[in-house]
Amino acid sequence: MTANATNAGLENAKSMSIIVTKGSLDWAYPPFILATTAAAMDIKTTMFFTFYGLPLLLKKLDLQLTALGNAAMKMPMMGMHMGMPNAASMIPGVDAACTRMMKNLMNKKGVASIEDLREAAVDLDVRMIACQMTMDLFEYSLDDMIEGPELGGAATYMESATQSDINLFI
Amino acid sequence: MAEHILDAKGLNCPLPILKAKKALASVPDGEFLEILSTDPGSVADFEAFCRQTGNELMETGQDGDVYKFKIKRVT
Repeated sequence: MTANATNAGLENAKSMSIIVTKGSLDWAYPPFILATTAAAMDIKTTMFFTFYGLPLLLKKLDLQLTALGNAAMKMPMMGMHMGMPNAASMIPGVDAACTRMMKNLMNKKGVASIEDLREAAVDLDVRMIACQMTMDLFEYSLDDMIEGPELGGAATYMESATQSDINLFI
Repeated sequence: MAEHILDAKGLNCPLPILKAKKALASVPDGEFLEILSTDPGSVADFEAFCRQTGNELMETGQDGDVYKFKIKRVT
């Protein structure tokens, strides 16, 4: 069932589309948080997964984080907020440790996992479009992806965008 | 009238809203869902959620670190 069909008939139904272009652990949160919340608020929601956002649809997620070039990333540690020098990210294992630290912190603070938010998005009938061009480019097939996404291109997204009250690029 | 209670304590944004949406689906029209949350952001969020979805926020309260909401389901 498409999102359009699911929410058909809702009075004053608003709609939103999100272009999802980034697939690191931190950047995966805003699109999934907004999409699930919007759908929970009866807003017809479409997510278009393209470029590095596309792997967020893979069956098995192993999202990673890098502190490299991220001047704003300061983690709470020992009562302070600590950043990471760019050079540290060159050392093997440092980004993996950052990722583990972030996942532990999220778990401790009751922040949902991306896996859980994605499942919620499917349950809430968020329409998901996997960018066909990116599928070709990075050699993925729908068999690699969770159940639910449809294939589409820029025109498919644009049609959805022209019908949406809110269009976001993340 | 059966009581419908959602314990969303310890959960962070947007989980209290997502769980409330799911819980409301099994609440009959006109009945109430009580929600317990420890997320301070949920105070503003449940107000916005109810304004947008048409459900009625009947009560908002606080007991220590726990926020309580009573939502009347309006379909």
